[in-house]
Amino acid sequence: MLSHLCPDCLYLPLMTDVPIPYYPPKKHRTHEACGAGAVFFALVLAARLDGPVIWVREAWQAAQLTPSGFHPILDPAHLLIASARDQTDALAVTEEALRSGAVSLVVTELSKPLDLTAGRRLQLAARDGKATALALIPDGMGSNAAETRWSCAPVFDPQDSTRQRWELIKNKSGTLGVWDVRWDHSARRIAVVPPVGQRPGSAGAPG
Amino acid sequence: MASDRVLRARPAEGPFALTLIESNANRLYCLNQVAEDQGLNRGMSYSDARAFCPDLISQPAHPQADERFLIALRRWATRYCPWVGLEGRDGLVLDVTGATHLLGGEAALIQDIHQRFARAGITVRVGMGDTRGAAWALARHGGGVAAPGDMLEAIGNLPVAALRVEDATSVALQRLGLLTIADLSRTSRASLARRFGTSLMMRLDQALGTQPEELSPLADPPHYGTRMTLPEPIGLTSDVMAGTARLLDQLCAKLKAQETGARVLTLTLRRVDQDSQQVELRLARALRDPHRILPLFQRGVDAVDAGFGIDQLRLEAVQVEPLPVRQVSHVATGRQDRLDDLVTRIGTRIGLENVQRFLPADSHIPERSFLIAPAAYSRPERGWSAPRPRPLCLFPPEPIAGTGPHPPRQFRWRRMSLTTGRATGPERIAPEWWLSDDNWRSGLRDYWHVETRQGRRLWLFHTPQNPGWFVQGEFA
Repeated sequence: MLSHLCPDCLYLPLMTDVPIPYYPPKKHRTHEACGAGAVFFALVLAARLDGPVIWVREAWQAAQLTPSGFHPILDPAHLLIASARDQTDALAVTEEALRSGAVSLVVTELSKPLDLTAGRRLQLAARDGKATALALIPDGMGSNAAETRWSCAPVFDPQDSTRQRWELIKNKSGTLGVWDVRWDHSARRIAVVPPVGQRPGSAGAPG
Repeated sequence: MASDRVLRARPAEGPFALTLIESNANRLYCLNQVAEDQGLNRGMSYSDARAFCPDLISQPAHPQADERFLIALRRWATRYCPWVGLEGRDGLVLDVTGATHLLGGEAALIQDIHQRFARAGITVRVGMGDTRGAAWALARHGGGVAAPGDMLEAIGNLPVAALRVEDATSVALQRLGLLTIADLSRTSRASLARRFGTSLMMRLDQALGTQPEELSPLADPPHYGTRMTLPEPIGLTSDVMAGTARLLDQLCAKLKAQETGARVLTLTLRRVDQDSQQVELRLARALRDPHRILPLFQRGVDAVDAGFGIDQLRLEAVQVEPLPVRQVSHVATGRQDRLDDLVTRIGTRIGLENVQRFLPADSHIPERSFLIAPAAYSRPERGWSAPRPRPLCLFPPEPIAGTGPHPPRQFRWRRMSLTTGRATGPERIAPEWWLSDDNWRSGLRDYWHVETRQGRRLWLFHTPQNPGWFVQGEFA
């Protein structure tokens, strides 16, 4: 049965269609993502929540989100960018956007750790405005107020260049876990795949 | 009038003229009485004028400023009568019918005009007649008041040029021996009409009153400002907001009447110590709905220092845009409105131009394949495409060690030691030579999509004309 399939799509029939528990993360709460794949996580979540998205960044940051790169994931027309002067302004803009009820997701790029007061304030704003907040944080700088924290990293796979490993490292209302996911381009969604090395026909994890 | 305007600002003795370059010739545009007495006239070439009158003081003319000055004079002239229009580039026409008795008769009115203009330093010539044509003729050729009744008697001995006809027509009439308006009215109409067209007869009839001519007064431009003076100073934020709400209601009614919406609003709060504070509100979209604008003022009003109290509020729409009345629809547009209000509120904190959106642009250069435009002044656009996968993030190129046209097997980037697992490429992108861009001085770039065994997927490029390897972006 499998013999006529090309080796490149050998694992495709084995792609599990099971949903990731706790994904998408609870609506109207604040969440955090860290790691090299955090931007991808935020874009996928923005596409999933379907609505206007505000992306708050600090103006001095050199890395620039590229619409010609992410348009297969999220329509750039849904995205507004707010360039704040510093983290205080960025947090104020985030709170304002969350409270307004006009957007479904607010993504904030943070460079310094949040204290408990600021984190709690965002949590309350998200609840009042019925919007979801996602903070992109540097590794190990999470806030205790966040509902969940995801550590996302790309994983090398010789046949697939969209594989990521999403690790739920903090969860206020459930268990933790690790999932390997890939971006399904035709269905425009995330699909869970078995971890590298457990796939039949593959001789162990390369590298 | 133009030279009077300039001389009012900077008085000069002696002959003075304004010059204007028209069809490659520098000619006199307007001159004062002293210059006219020395034999200069309008339309004369500037070099001739300098030859006739070596001590002529001159300045370039500024016709737009003259027009603004004339419009200001027009507004001032409404003190005599409500119907005032512009006449040519340096005249005003007033319909004073039924308004002269307010200043004590026609002669008193004209004297008043002369006095006030003389005090302002502007030369004026006034003519008054039963018809607009007769008044024009008297103002330009002679002056004075024509007695009511027979206009031919009043203007009959004025030259034919006083009939508002073209120069060529008046010269031709003078060649025929028809020197005055009375001569013209005695000649057979049919032959004149055949020779000069009906416009000459029309002008004659209008001057003599056998054909009516209307005066169209210029409308005042709408003024979008309201103010409120308080008997007692106020200091509470809620009081200021209540006052602003009242002003906003009046202003929005004005905006609605003109089918416009405000884009930039200024609230000026004058304190009892004569200091005044301004709150500027820049809106993400033209609005005239007081219930939506008022909460947007809250942040600005909170920041105002009331001092000993505020006794005057002034609200002005500084910038307005057309906003037609729309049909009431049952389709909810609430979310878009809330988003616009959000952009305004964020804009009051970080600046309206810092809330941006991406727009597609037509370029192969990765960093120029999109535009970043202020969200308040643009609409979202469709039509995103990329010939090849592009990274999610771009950053300024960061050099790495590497040689040769193929990606290095091992390299260090951002203190990480990375091993190339799979490399796809090259994709050659040439610089846009028609735009000078310092970042692309190194010439052609061969881009590679490099998947490292450590996981990171990077966008590397090699510059073959100027060997070197750089990291410029990161994929998902």
